[in-house]
Amino acid sequence: MNIKKVYFTALRVLQQLSHDPRTLALVLLMPAILLTILKFVFEKSPSTFDSIAPMSLGIFPIIMMFVITSISTVRERTIGTLDRLMTYPISKLDFIFGYALAFSILALVQASIASFVILVLLNVSVAGGTVSLLIAAVIAALLGTSLGLFMSAFATTEFQAVQFMPAIILPQLLTCGLFVARDQMAQGLQWFANIMPLTYSVDAMKQVTNHNTWTHTLSKDLIIVACYAVILLILGAITIKRQE
Amino acid sequence: MDIKNAVEIKKLTVVLGKDFVALDNINVNLKKGKIIGFIGPSGAGKTTLIRSIVGRQKIQTGEIKVFDLPAGSSELRKNVSYMTQENSVYKDITVEQNIKYFARMYGVKKANLTTEVNKILRSTDMTNQAKNLVTNISGGQKQRVSLAVALIGSPKLMVLDEPTVGLDPALRDQIWSQFNDLARKGTTLIVTSHVMDEASRCDELLLLRDGKVLDHDSPKNICQKTNSATVEESFLKLVRSKN
Repeated sequence: MNIKKVYFTALRVLQQLSHDPRTLALVLLMPAILLTILKFVFEKSPSTFDSIAPMSLGIFPIIMMFVITSISTVRERTIGTLDRLMTYPISKLDFIFGYALAFSILALVQASIASFVILVLLNVSVAGGTVSLLIAAVIAALLGTSLGLFMSAFATTEFQAVQFMPAIILPQLLTCGLFVARDQMAQGLQWFANIMPLTYSVDAMKQVTNHNTWTHTLSKDLIIVACYAVILLILGAITIKRQE
Repeated sequence: MDIKNAVEIKKLTVVLGKDFVALDNINVNLKKGKIIGFIGPSGAGKTTLIRSIVGRQKIQTGEIKVFDLPAGSSELRKNVSYMTQENSVYKDITVEQNIKYFARMYGVKKANLTTEVNKILRSTDMTNQAKNLVTNISGGQKQRVSLAVALIGSPKLMVLDEPTVGLDPALRDQIWSQFNDLARKGTTLIVTSHVMDEASRCDELLLLRDGKVLDHDSPKNICQKTNSATVEESFLKLVRSKN
């Protein structure tokens, strides 16, 4: 892997986004807008909102980065740029990690805006503080990016890539413990939740919300999510073929 | 050892899908420093053949060597450039950003980057469009950006899939002059086209139909052998003789 080529790939992806202000605005502002809507949904039950809002920060970046990354990489295939790049002196990891770096930077900005909205405008108290909230949100976004990069290998059109979102993310969302405590679910679903990365992303956010120190469980949850992300990035690189 | 041929293809067969034979037992050597035209109608196998030469196409049987190395070898990636049939550039960044990005991926050093980018912009007559988004320029200009990317780093072999499609005659003429200059300096160019009037501009032609080679020779020799005035007429006579 060549660090310079990773950096220049990330720079190119960010240049593409900078020329698309509508997409950029949607990516950066939607989590904050959705959290604000959620605040008013739970107007009569503010304590419920206080517990859900930080956890949502472990979910929204995954969903948004999954969609944007999978569509971007499918587009690389359909417009022929990936075809061309695969004849260049670059490694597949340069390409994949370039995307991961670009979207991690984007995720940091997205999480910063959403955190500002949660902590300052919506007055939610997060015991763990802003830094741990941001770290957990960025790692969640990295997971969304790597999932999107990996799944894009199985889509031949942007339309198919979008359809992967309900197929891959929603089952994890339903079983991650956000709606119902995991030990209240059927045994099979508990097993499923225990091996899915979104579960650990949401658990990490619970840790950040409820503990004013960096806990061992938080470290464990974040390491699991980060390992999933790195493994999926490597698998994403493997799914790109020099010869087709 | 001095290598005479840029490309050597032996017994090449490519099957697409379950049983579509896109290339059928191709045997051909392509000399260095020449402009070689792969000419044939749509579906003749031109794109599959050039994808095989740049190493992007999985092949079933046979062998392709480029500068005496297996096609697609990592050692070849700095010596072979590939322009795909689609424009294959990023529409949502500027012309200059595209060329810079691909130049950096090619490995052009920071100190040489601006000079290289400016040289390529000038040679493709795109200097005035450098700061424009690719999405906002015309189809012919997009084609030129794609060609500009293929020129990065002065590769020894340029493989160009329909590089002049959609260009006006004046620009097409200019680009062919550029191809001739490159060939004079030793670059080998493989150019596909389904337009027969471009064939006469090549040093050698590989006439393809239904995945098979109809003939491989200079345009002049092909016309002489078939007693024809044009390559198009030769092509039709060769097709009839094979039927």
